[in-house]
Amino acid sequence: MKLLYFAWLKTMTGVAEEEVSPPPEVTTVATLLDWLKARGPGFAEALADPAAVRIAINQEYARPGDPVRPDDEVALFPPVTGG
Amino acid sequence: MIRIQTDDFDVGAEIARLSSGRHGIGGVVAFVGLVRDMVGERPIEAMTLEHYPGMSEKMLARIEAEARARWPLEDSLIIHRVGRLEPGERIVLVITASAHRQAAFEACQFLIDWLKTRAPFWKLEETDAGAHWVAARADDDAAAARWTVPPGRDPEAAE
Repeated sequence: MKLLYFAWLKTMTGVAEEEVSPPPEVTTVATLLDWLKARGPGFAEALADPAAVRIAINQEYARPGDPVRPDDEVALFPPVTGG
Repeated sequence: MIRIQTDDFDVGAEIARLSSGRHGIGGVVAFVGLVRDMVGERPIEAMTLEHYPGMSEKMLARIEAEARARWPLEDSLIIHRVGRLEPGERIVLVITASAHRQAAFEACQFLIDWLKTRAPFWKLEETDAGAHWVAARADDDAAAARWTVPPGRDPEAAE
């Protein structure tokens, strides 16, 4: 699974892009976030408030219950502020 | 058409290119977003626009397609810049062209409202107190929410 981090999620986790192999119990956006939170203080802090984090799976907005699969590109980012 | 680029754009040249030889166009509306020099009481030195390459193009194209489905537009253009920009510099350009002004005005407002809440771009502001990521604004969400129901419109009644 390819993970991408943008804006303050990149700053706080210290990661822009990585390949991960989550355990089999990670099947949804919500379980992926729980697994990521346990990876270290930067991740725990960045993901402390799930409402502040937007998720895209294969470049489409996703919700907590949506499935994630090993070959997905999953992006984590704050609410957008362009324009 | 949509473009994401680091370079500046020329508003007049873009309008001319879009409308040249297209005599069905009766009105063109352009919105230009600029970098302000203040955030609250604090002066801004610069702003860096980051985006999610791939998804940002996809979302802009989708937002533009939505506008074209809702309003009778002859043409449209969205240009969004990325990278480091200083106060006064142009960030974004939205142009809409239609036979009549109402569709062009409404579609232009719709495009910038939806862009601000859906397209994956983020602003990092640099001030004398350091750099910080801009927080999303509730009034931007409210502006975008106005457009969730297609506005009642009668193309025959325009102008």
